[in-house]
Amino acid sequence: MSGERQPTPSQTVGPFFGFALPFEHDYDAGEGEQALRIEGRLTDGQGQSVPDGLIEVWSGDQFARCRTDEEGAFRFVISRPQRRPGDGDAPHLDVAVFARGLLRHLVTRMYLPDESASNAQDRVLRSVDENRRSSLIAERDGQILRFDIRLQGEKETVFFAI
Amino acid sequence: MGEPPYLYPDYRATVLRAPSQRLVRLPEEWFETSAGPVFGRIPISPSDSDLTRQHAGDPLGERIIVGGQVLDSDGRPVSGAIVEVWQANAAGRYIDPADEHPAPIDPNFTGAGRCLTDEQGRYRFVTIKPGAYPWANHLNAWRPAHIHFSVFGPTIGSRLVTQMYFPGDPLLAMDPILQSVPDQRGREMLVAKFDLDSTVPIWALGYRWDIVVRGRNSVPRGDLG
Repeated sequence: MSGERQPTPSQTVGPFFGFALPFEHDYDAGEGEQALRIEGRLTDGQGQSVPDGLIEVWSGDQFARCRTDEEGAFRFVISRPQRRPGDGDAPHLDVAVFARGLLRHLVTRMYLPDESASNAQDRVLRSVDENRRSSLIAERDGQILRFDIRLQGEKETVFFAI
Repeated sequence: MGEPPYLYPDYRATVLRAPSQRLVRLPEEWFETSAGPVFGRIPISPSDSDLTRQHAGDPLGERIIVGGQVLDSDGRPVSGAIVEVWQANAAGRYIDPADEHPAPIDPNFTGAGRCLTDEQGRYRFVTIKPGAYPWANHLNAWRPAHIHFSVFGPTIGSRLVTQMYFPGDPLLAMDPILQSVPDQRGREMLVAKFDLDSTVPIWALGYRWDIVVRGRNSVPRGDLG
């Protein structure tokens, strides 16, 4: 295509975004009783907390952002994702991970544990090695959904090419 | 695509944070989704684009204007894009409590701003030139002066977080974060140009920095390793 331009390369978000990117109630995009409460932890290749990470989630027209804390923990409240018309994908959140040490952000997805029939048909999940699929599906933990993100190593989260 | 690799050992923090497994391909539509999320929850007021007017007094340092155009890789201006910036002060110190560099905090400078691009995709910030600062990556490591940018384009595939550098800085050649970009053209794209046209006489130097986010025709097709 004529006029095609090279995109500006990414650079790391660095360690010092905490005074700039968070905003009030940034983690909470949920409305109504159907809102999901999601909690997780961001860890590195040695299982250590990543305390300088930033997670963003997208779902339909919802957007939320959460900075990880000292334990690498993050949380979101977000309305339950819906299947989009004309889209064969199971309901899911798109998740972007930024951190010091990530020269470019990572993208993954969070699927729902109570949608096993839809998940079994989802073309993205099906394109992932069966023994790694569970890293993309949140776990029910009482009133919350647990979704840990492991950047590297054992049980490494599946990330997508962007 | 000119993007840096996830694993780049010269930047030490990548070693335990880069995924070791092959990245998985997403359906092409993912990159083309036109109805992106609503980012209206991110609060933006007109005063957020002038980082020199957020406190009672003037910040110390060299006042500058940084502006340019946000385009997509298909060459179209991106209007209504949210642009977020953050930076160190003129002494090379971030207001962030995590920054332990023994340089002074400026009580008149926070170093964070936001704006929306106009109908031609243009953005403009008034700020002060950030200072270089040391970091612990290797012996005598110094980050070149830079401003962090976060851009929300029209699709989730166009999300971009990057850094803008200043022309003529001798630290650029030895900065592993900039040098992680594999091609010279890509590295050059991260360096702003001094711009006499946007320089305001007797007030502030102008720098121009255009930003290209991924467009709808730019889907990763090559090696996904």
